[in-house]
Amino acid sequence: MAGVGLGPLRAMGRQALVLLALCATGARGLYFHIGETEKRCFIEEIPDETMVIGNYRTQMWDKQKEVFLPSTPGLGMHVEVKDPDGKVVLSRQYGSEGRFTFTSHTPGDHQICLHSNSTRMALFAGGKLRVHLDIQVGEHANNYPEIAAKDKLTELQLRARQLLDQVEQIQKEQDYQRYREERFRLTSESTNQRVLWWSIAQTVILILTGIWQMRHLKSFFEAKKLV
Amino acid sequence: MPRLGYAQRWAAAAGRWGCRLFALLLLVPGPGGASEITFELPDNAKQCFYEDIAQGTKCTLEFQVITGGHYDVDCRLEDPDGKVLYKEMKKQYDSFTFTASKNGTYKFCFSNEFSTFTHKTVYFDFQVGEDPPLFPSENRVSALTQMESACVSIHEALKSVIDYQTHFRLREAQGRSRAEDLNTRVAYWSVGEALILLVVSIGQVFLLKSFFSDKRTTTTRVGS
Repeated sequence: MAGVGLGPLRAMGRQALVLLALCATGARGLYFHIGETEKRCFIEEIPDETMVIGNYRTQMWDKQKEVFLPSTPGLGMHVEVKDPDGKVVLSRQYGSEGRFTFTSHTPGDHQICLHSNSTRMALFAGGKLRVHLDIQVGEHANNYPEIAAKDKLTELQLRARQLLDQVEQIQKEQDYQRYREERFRLTSESTNQRVLWWSIAQTVILILTGIWQMRHLKSFFEAKKLV
Repeated sequence: MPRLGYAQRWAAAAGRWGCRLFALLLLVPGPGGASEITFELPDNAKQCFYEDIAQGTKCTLEFQVITGGHYDVDCRLEDPDGKVLYKEMKKQYDSFTFTASKNGTYKFCFSNEFSTFTHKTVYFDFQVGEDPPLFPSENRVSALTQMESACVSIHEALKSVIDYQTHFRLREAQGRSRAEDLNTRVAYWSVGEALILLVVSIGQVFLLKSFFSDKRTTTTRVGS
């Protein structure tokens, strides 16, 4: 009877644990699976002087229990961020749960790459990692309750601050848009120039080779006494 | 018959109520959020993303292919039971709104398996529920003042401006990548064609000469 009594208790305990894990794993948050040695890269096209905050959490797949372990000490992720010119802006190792921040100094495509430090892990649970990732750019990166507490703003002041941040982001994006449009125009003009020069050059080559061909053949036939 | 002790019964009851509370918490649509991610999809690859969504939450998935090949990708969205909610092949851009009919993990995948050598850059924006409120205790009883509601409407308008800017930036990135491709292609093509022209014309002359040089016995009429 004791066994029967404790059985449903254990089952309920497990259920509670599963539900707790479900809640703890984050009711909001996108996640994806990567292999242990796989590197996954994301691109953020951002204007100048924009802050990017990334939050991630990693869980490891346990082959025996066939679940994702809620947390694994010793599991770490290496985060590398490259700016549009290929220069490394941030290259650091964090734990299984971490937060990375960087500010762009050049507008353009920044590449954020994540991969795990899996030399230890190859022995245990094999193969799969679940990564919860949340990347916030610019105005979305601001934590307004924190700002309100720090600067002691009233509700209206905080709303005004949020609107100001949004407008600033719009302005930065428009500046970036002007820079991109200039690049686009340079590329189009360069193509235009190249097509023009190429067509002139091709005509000249054609005429020259035609003249050379005729002269060469004429001298050849004269030498053969056929003409 | 040994009965369960008092502590065990209390623990069982607590466990039961705890489960119900957690289940209720999951049911209540909490503050949502948006995930905007741009990633590179290699050729013959499929990448999937998952999100746990509570029932009744209105979600929007929007994606656009930025660079690569014919700028198209396959997209597929499944609910926790595996039922396909959205499936489109070779789409350049699309937006899909749905309301989560049950709790669980929703999965959406982008596939480039039909392409043999072009890898694609795909942007997607997955909005779940409403944005988190500015203040933790936003469920206030008193209505918003005129100033506050004006601020809220300006905020919404600015959000749509930022959204349009993002779309514009993506389309411009597409146009720019095509223009840069064209530029490099024109450069390679012009050099290559000049070389071919030279090779063919010189080759023609020597080939013609070879017709006349060896055959001394057979007479060849030249132009008669």
